[in-house]
Amino acid sequence: MIFADVGAPTTAAIVERLEQEVDAGTVAADGGAVRDRLIEILAEVASAGKAPIDLSGKPAVLLMVGINGTGKTTTIGKIAWHLSQEFGLSVVLAAGDTFRAAAGEQLEEWAERSGADMIRSKPGGDPGAVAFDAIEAARARGTDVVIVDTAGRLHTQSSLMDELAKVRRVIARQIPDAPHETLISIDATTGQNGLRQAKVFSEAVDVNGVVLTKLDGTAKGGIALAISSELGIPVKLIGTGESLEDLRPFDAEDFARALLAE
Amino acid sequence: MFDQLSERLQATLSEVRSRGKLNEGDVDAAMRDMRLALLEADVNFKVVKSFTATLKERCLGSGVLGSLDPGQQVVKIVDEELTALMGGTGRELAFAQSGPTVILMAGLQGSGKTTACAKLATQLGEAGKSVALAACDVYRPAAVDQLVTVGGEAGAHVYEQGTDRDPVEIADWALDQAREENRDVLIIDTAGRLHVDEDLMAELARIRKRTKPHNVLLVVDAMTGQDAVGVAESFSETAEFDGVVMTKLDGDARGGAALSVKAVTGKPIMFASTGEKLKDFDQFHPDRMASRILGMGDVLSLIEKAEREVDENQALDLQKKLEQDQFTLEDFLQQMQQVRKMGPLSGLIGMLPGMGAMKQLRDADVDEGELDRTEAIILSMTPEERVNPKMIKGSRRRRIANGSGTKIQHVNQLVKQFDQMRKLMRQMMSGQAIDPQQLAQMGQSGGRPPTPKIRRR
Ligand SMILES: Nc1nc2c(ncn2[C@@H]2O[C@H](COP(=O)(O)OP(=O)(O)O)[C@@H](O)[C@H]2O)c(=O)[nH]1
Ligand SMILES: [Mg+2]
Repeated sequence: MIFADVGAPTTAAIVERLEQEVDAGTVAADGGAVRDRLIEILAEVASAGKAPIDLSGKPAVLLMVGINGTGKTTTIGKIAWHLSQEFGLSVVLAAGDTFRAAAGEQLEEWAERSGADMIRSKPGGDPGAVAFDAIEAARARGTDVVIVDTAGRLHTQSSLMDELAKVRRVIARQIPDAPHETLISIDATTGQNGLRQAKVFSEAVDVNGVVLTKLDGTAKGGIALAISSELGIPVKLIGTGESLEDLRPFDAEDFARALLAE
Repeated sequence: MFDQLSERLQATLSEVRSRGKLNEGDVDAAMRDMRLALLEADVNFKVVKSFTATLKERCLGSGVLGSLDPGQQVVKIVDEELTALMGGTGRELAFAQSGPTVILMAGLQGSGKTTACAKLATQLGEAGKSVALAACDVYRPAAVDQLVTVGGEAGAHVYEQGTDRDPVEIADWALDQAREENRDVLIIDTAGRLHVDEDLMAELARIRKRTKPHNVLLVVDAMTGQDAVGVAESFSETAEFDGVVMTKLDGDARGGAALSVKAVTGKPIMFASTGEKLKDFDQFHPDRMASRILGMGDVLSLIEKAEREVDENQALDLQKKLEQDQFTLEDFLQQMQQVRKMGPLSGLIGMLPGMGAMKQLRDADVDEGELDRTEAIILSMTPEERVNPKMIKGSRRRRIANGSGTKIQHVNQLVKQFDQMRKLMRQMMSGQAIDPQQLAQMGQSGGRPPTPKIRRR
């Protein structure tokens, strides 16, 4: 589990629980049974009170946050595509990354691929204003879902975290219970620092779900287990590639099995 | 940078140092602490094992235990081993005898290649080289646009052919162009790729074969976990990289994964990327970093930074002004801008011996926003006002506040602080002792100002 980046504290807690169960006799002390039970426990910890993506808002607003290069923009493109393909929903994307060079062009390409609308401002513009305009546009056009992209930022940059909180407030002022989903993208290759990322972003914008990206590599994304165990934030979606279809709902049991696989 | 690791290791070592004599049990305990510290810093567990084994062997041998000052010797051993772990004396970029020097950048998706390209271009440009970039990421949407933009900011020429051609052909064409146009350096940006993606890894190998780079750099995100080692091994096979660029080191990442890369591939960390500005990019010196991690400071790097950024004549001028009590807000502004050119203040603190260990100081999140505000306020003043801040009253205050997008309190506060600062300087120049209370007051005059408007970086 250490090798999968789960981290020492979470690993220790889970091992202790398993040992207690074996001692108490609720789990047979043979290899196979212990392993099966371990997978069960891991899956339980990873799902942290299972919650689907909330699309009930009119429009439903999704806010995407995370550090640089973890896959926010790509994930947004994939989500937009799935929403329109599978649920026939209309989507507008808000190009809230007004900082990184060509971030707007990147999102625009995804908007085209997924058939979504997009609202953007000039580079260096106010991301809150972009979110505001996108929600206004969605209301006017009767669009079902608004997905707000944001610039990547390190959780240690406090003024940028404040800026993010402000974007969230702008959204909440327009629609009282929005954003309905605030998702953080966590790169599966991330080590122990991922827990800090989730914690600090959560404090700023009340994150309620993780998108675990780049699971198509060899990294197992074990840090997601620490995040759900210590912060109670469940993984909701996983990214498995760079194409539109490479997005899947999180399956806790598959994830647990993969963690233990060699 | 490496803050957590640094803190843990220093705690372990000061425990060791506090003992007059060491026995084998003490060494074992210290190694246990060290193992945990390294694991928590994402250092690969195999690397941790062999690293602590070597340490232990050295600590138990060579007469450390019986010596008069075993603690000091243990510190020395750790320093040496840590340096070796990170790459020994390091490696410099190799340059071509004639024709353009080719640098190939490779790495996983999102590790920061494009930004690193622009930063490296900036650094080489400052060293007087004519630098060009080749846009070979034809897969990620808008990657070419991104390179064109940041390359332009870096003052480099960007060779691009859109996204329809084969990256190998683009790289080859760019090299021809660079030769024809007599560029000193060509940096090739490539698409992020997974080390298990056979097609893309083969493509990378083809780019390498075709362009025969003098340097292949692997870009590794400092936040990477245990996976880093496998990634590095694969890239080492196909790309035969020469060194590592470690990115996002300005966060609180523990950086251990990147440290492991040297241990498994033998390739040193060559550059550290530490911020969002093009200048936040430094050559990595394993020996200096080791002593920084162990709280022994890195004065060499600090001096180099200062030499690079501080204009000597200006400094002499300033000293004269101080002596003659003619220091103005204009001078203050210049000085502040010079220091800030050296990078975020929080980064500089870690380079001072002993400072890294002072937790409060290191965590004192130097509010760059407040510095931005101070700059904006002074910039909104007229030259006369900068020389004679006393004239800043009523309507001038309002004008300055409006001009700088701040509040009148902020202007007042700055003027007041500056006044106190001058008093202090006068005292210093006349050789009077400084009352610490006075210093403390200066830092907090008027209490905390209201939170400033958020400004963009
Ligand atoms: N292999 C793989 N690459 C991904 C995945 N998600 C994103 N990426 C890549 O990671 C890089 C950074 O993604 P981007 O969406 O720009 O990140 P952002 O900075 O957080 O918006 C791009 O090269 C993406 O193609 C994934 O699930 N698998
Ligand atoms: Mg993005």
